[in-house]
Amino acid sequence: MTKQQANWSPYDNNGGSCVAIAGADYCVIAADTRMSTGYNILTREYSKICKLADKCVMASSGFQADVKALQKQLAARHLIYQHQHNKQMSCPAMAQLLSNTLYYKRFFPYYSFNVLGGLDNEGKGCVFTYDAVGSYEKVGYSSQGSGSTLITPFLDNQLKSPSPLLLPVQDAVTPLVEAEAIDLIKTVFASASERDIYTGDKLEIVVVNADGIRREYMELRKD
Amino acid sequence: MNFMASKQPENSLLGPEADSQRTLYPYVTGTSVVALKYKDGILMAADMGGSYGSTLRYKSVERMKPIGKHSLLGASGEISDFQEILHYLDELILYDNMWDDGNSLGPKEVHNYLTRVMYNRRNKFNPLWNSLVLGGVKNGQKYLGTVSMIGVNFEDNHVATGFGNHLARPILRQEWHENLSFEDGVRLLEKCMRVLLYRDRSAINKLQIAKITEEGMTISQPYSLKTYWEFSAFANPAQGAVGSW
Repeated sequence: MTKQQANWSPYDNNGGSCVAIAGADYCVIAADTRMSTGYNILTREYSKICKLADKCVMASSGFQADVKALQKQLAARHLIYQHQHNKQMSCPAMAQLLSNTLYYKRFFPYYSFNVLGGLDNEGKGCVFTYDAVGSYEKVGYSSQGSGSTLITPFLDNQLKSPSPLLLPVQDAVTPLVEAEAIDLIKTVFASASERDIYTGDKLEIVVVNADGIRREYMELRKD
Repeated sequence: MNFMASKQPENSLLGPEADSQRTLYPYVTGTSVVALKYKDGILMAADMGGSYGSTLRYKSVERMKPIGKHSLLGASGEISDFQEILHYLDELILYDNMWDDGNSLGPKEVHNYLTRVMYNRRNKFNPLWNSLVLGGVKNGQKYLGTVSMIGVNFEDNHVATGFGNHLARPILRQEWHENLSFEDGVRLLEKCMRVLLYRDRSAINKLQIAKITEEGMTISQPYSLKTYWEFSAFANPAQGAVGSW
């Protein structure tokens, strides 16, 4: 008698897209608010964005239960860090923590595709992009999730981030001002909503700058 | 050199025998639960059927239960797993009461607890085969959320499980609005349950509607919906079929 195979999957893809763009003194992180399963929409108002620290915000798409668990893990670890060091974690520090947390479950991964955005210790914008098992790099902009294949080429065209292999090392942050970056985000999500069935409903934009963190919303196609 | 042979514990979760302990598929199941927020709180509906595959084995299964003072839990899927969850929640509420501090767990807290339980079981590859709906009111705040068997959870103004997602949610998206009256809420739920009755094979015409408000929870006596079978498509289903492939 052959071994019984499981007829259920521990994973599901709840869809959605995430984008982050780093500027000279700001960082914009955005994600749609649709949560789906298969061809169904579960809810139109689910936030994929989580504030991890004062100047550090993460957007994640993929399997919602894993994303939630990951956010909780990082929030808990951040609290411990604050107790031990009497300060907030910097964005680069959180970036490393996220990578380690993801790799910890290398053999039963968090099905979570993350972009981390915020300000580094000098107040400059930074974006870190990840795969599901923790491989990461610091970039000027990034997109993850179901719409990333539609969004990334457009961002490449508009933002032309220099290769990290070049010498001398060139700055990855965009010369765009905050308002222009936000406008670009809105354009990019409006386009992705046209062709990606998992992206739509509403766009949530979070802006991190010297004044703090602020949130903006924009309606997207509901079909 | 003398080595003590290490002994595996009796009911080890390692090894091939352990696999027989894990859930493979559900046996006795309940079908959709539908719930919505209305002016004073939450309304939830579920039929009373417990199916054993394609057999309608049990016809008086209560799939909605009050939890503590402020919450109402509805479940679809494996009934025995639902009973196990109720057992866990009994213990949760007991410990909450034993604090005797004037505070009590609200629906948000219970939903979070259930999410953690479901996710944890999924991580151990031994899921509780249920889709849960958790609704309640505390301090004037209405709350309605859902958790699936793999831990996917969210809250919304209206939720449904199973077939309800396909048949009831579209109706609710069209017709739900803020501050529904009790009568309108019940009418809307009955509309959803009627569609499910017509189109879900495992639905039965014996349902309960539960209401939870700041004052407390009430659950209706089981009753049936009026159905109409004289639609011409039902009356003469083969009409137009002559000559079709």
